[in-house]
Amino acid sequence: MENTYYNPADLKKFGNISELQPEMGRKFFDYYGEVFKEGALTEREKALIALAVSHAVQCPYCIDAYTSDCLEKGADENQMMEAVHVAAAIKGGAALVHGVQMMNKIKDLTM
Amino acid sequence: MPIPVKSLKAQQHQFANPAFQLEVLQHAGTEEGDFPLFGAKLQQHQLYPLQPTGTTILQVNVGKMCNQTCRHCHVDAGPDRKEIMTRDTMQLCLDALAKSPQLTTVDLTGGAPEMNPDFRWFVEQLSAMGRQVIVRCNLTIILANPKYHDLPEFFKAHRVQVVSSLPYFSASRTDAQRGDGVFEKSIKALQMLKQVGYGQEGSGLELNLVYNPSGAFLPASQKSLEAEFKRRLKSGYDIVFNNLFCITNLPISRYLDYLVESGNYSSYMGKLVTAFNPVAAANVMCRNTISVGWDGGLYDCDFNQMLELKVQPGTPQHIRDFDLTQLDQRQIVLNQHCYGCTAGAGSSCGGSTT
Repeated sequence: MENTYYNPADLKKFGNISELQPEMGRKFFDYYGEVFKEGALTEREKALIALAVSHAVQCPYCIDAYTSDCLEKGADENQMMEAVHVAAAIKGGAALVHGVQMMNKIKDLTM
Repeated sequence: MPIPVKSLKAQQHQFANPAFQLEVLQHAGTEEGDFPLFGAKLQQHQLYPLQPTGTTILQVNVGKMCNQTCRHCHVDAGPDRKEIMTRDTMQLCLDALAKSPQLTTVDLTGGAPEMNPDFRWFVEQLSAMGRQVIVRCNLTIILANPKYHDLPEFFKAHRVQVVSSLPYFSASRTDAQRGDGVFEKSIKALQMLKQVGYGQEGSGLELNLVYNPSGAFLPASQKSLEAEFKRRLKSGYDIVFNNLFCITNLPISRYLDYLVESGNYSSYMGKLVTAFNPVAAANVMCRNTISVGWDGGLYDCDFNQMLELKVQPGTPQHIRDFDLTQLDQRQIVLNQHCYGCTAGAGSSCGGSTT
């Protein structure tokens, strides 16, 4: 049994998910590779988006992988922290915008 | 992590010893075992033994003295290093060049090559022979002392191609690798080079910048990073240049020390091994370059020089015995650090190799 839920060494084993379902695994990784290729967005821009999303979904594997990837794609620390703030703003905003729902409900329930 | 002001050699550090570095390199691996030997990797791709494709570049390391002590320096250069090429050894290089017209380019490196007292004399002789001279200039040397302020004019007079390290277009990342204040001085030096025409279209004065990662990661794609550097240096500082060379840090000397000290050694080696690219391996620079040490010793590259791995025994070992026909038949000496030149898009003193 593992002592922790997350083991950094498991990141390298991501590809192993194909062992139990090779066809879906192959399709996923082909798609994944395609998504991160340079297109209308540069590879660096995609890495920064991935870094922001990694924080939003709070995936330690993704944060590990996309911090390295952003550096390797030539992003700098300021760009990376701004990307994290974008994630934080959306996460915070997503919580706060529900405040409107709360206010609507307050209106419904109070005189 | 602060940048030490002394070389590893002056600190009597164990990584100043090439034999110790080779020992560490040969026993790199993960829990699953040691990394495959570089030679065996080449064998899998029909590239072993690795041999020259025709040597056209003589790279001369004119000494280990430098005004900087960069965190990643594979030479372990610094102000305390006294190993300097003499004029007599330079003359032997000129003699070798005179009998080897195939060597069209002479690439001068160090340390800071300009600190060698015979540097200008050597460049003048090379230029008079009609060879293309490359100087690996660290930029800050131009501002280090008034006697160096006219270097841009000197380079221009001899149509020297200037290749300069600038690890990033921001001060924080540059200074973390090269020392406090280096970014600001480098920018000033680049502006001085621009004043005499370097990097400007139609001037014929080539200025190439070198990016190498400030940490334990691989370099970005050269094309995309060059566009970003050009945009940021032009808008921020009105600086122009020709090409950006992306160079991978090789795990030797001070960079090896950094990797081990920061706990990144195994994962970095793993990255290099995983990213092995046979196309890059076919284009490694040791196939068209010979490296000369400050004392005239001959090596397959500047990295082998720092590991004291001379060219294959049985071929000329010193510049006084230089024989290009014989050297072009040699087998290139390999070790685990060679993975640095074959990872991803490949790496050489001229940047990516694919």
